[in-house]
Formats: sequence, structure tokens, C-alpha cells
Amino acid sequence: MVRVEFLGPIQKEALEVEASTLRDVAAALQSDAEVKDWLENCAVAVNDTLVKSLDTALKSGDKVSLLPPVCGG
Amino acid sequence: MLELFDGPVPTEELLVRWYQEEAGSNYGAYIPFIGTIRDEDGISGLSFDIYEPILESWFDAWQEKATKAGAILKMAHSRGDVPLHTSSYVAAVFSPKRKVALKMINDFVEDFKASAPIWKYDLRDGKRLYAADRSTPISGSGILGE
Repeated sequence: MVRVEFLGPIQKEALEVEASTLRDVAAALQSDAEVKDWLENCAVAVNDTLVKSLDTALKSGDKVSLLPPVCGG
Repeated sequence: MLELFDGPVPTEELLVRWYQEEAGSNYGAYIPFIGTIRDEDGISGLSFDIYEPILESWFDAWQEKATKAGAILKMAHSRGDVPLHTSSYVAAVFSPKRKVALKMINDFVEDFKASAPIWKYDLRDGKRLYAADRSTPISGSGILGE
């Protein structure tokens, strides 16, 4: 299981998801009405490193974080 | 050096301390940028969430870039609520020559706006409202929606 965390303004508790790549996480989240609308503008980090491919491999215990649009300063 | 504060950044103390820290370092230029919360659109202030692990790695990558140019960066940002007319963000570049520092403070603040994992909220009528229309998707966003 990987842990999926939602950062900033996404008001949602973390989820545990069965996934061997990020593609599996995408499939799980696309069927979740609470987060579906965030997906198209969220960046994704695996174990606190930003990634850009759905083929990113995952193993049990990994942390996947969703980062919505930012505005510091 | 990256410093985070609960509430406003203590700008005056910080600018003096940073100056003193580098007084003997032989830098010819010290260029700070100070972001102050303006009274606009009926807000009473702004509020911020920060994801620290990625902010730290983003800052470390910039510090490495600065080091290669013979410069150093310092930055401070607020967590939580920050009232009007106080500062939520202070960044500074020290470098031997002013041209390097002027370019770097611009590039650094631009990338900060586009990439630093910080979320801004307007404080209005007792509510904390995500500033969605002023926010920017981080480069590479959207893969989960494909």
C-alpha cells in the first residue's frame, strides 16, 4: 500500500492505495469525486521528490503527495 | 539559509541580522526583497500553508546555484495568519558584484512564485479562502488527470 497525501487547500484525509506505479494512483483518484477536479492542476511528489511520469514505480510504504497550484509571498 | 516564522516575518530584525552575518564575508552587494501585505479587496490579511520537505529541497537547489555564482541566498517566510501591512516574505542575495545579485534576486523570486510549495489564503469576513485565481500550477502538474 502507498499513502496518498493531499496538501494545502485540498481538504481531504490521507488515503492508503494499492499501487505499483503512479498510474494506479491516478486510476484510484479519478474515481474519487472529492479530488477528481484537483487532478488536472496538481503536481505530484513521491517521497518528497517531484515526478512527471505516470510510469514512476511505487513500492509499499511510499508516500505520494498532491500539490495544488501555489502562491507564496 | 531558510527561516520560517509563525505569523509575520520580523523584517527589521532579520535585515539587520543578515547584514551582520555577512559583514565580514567580503560581499559587495546585499539585495533584499521584502513582500508586504497590502490592503486590497476587503481582506484583513493573508494566511499560508507550507510543505516544508519540498520547500527545503527547492531552496537547497537554489543555494547550490547561488554558490556556483559566488553568491549566497537567504529567505524567510510566514506560516499561518499575517495581518495587513506586515511582511510574509523576505529574500536576499549577497554577492561580490551587484549585477549577479540583481539578476539572481529576480530569477529567484520568479521561481519562488512558480515553484515553492506554499499556499495562500485571503482572510476575509472571518473566513480563510484559498487564493485559487492567483495561484500557479507547479511545472509538470496534471499527470494524474491524464
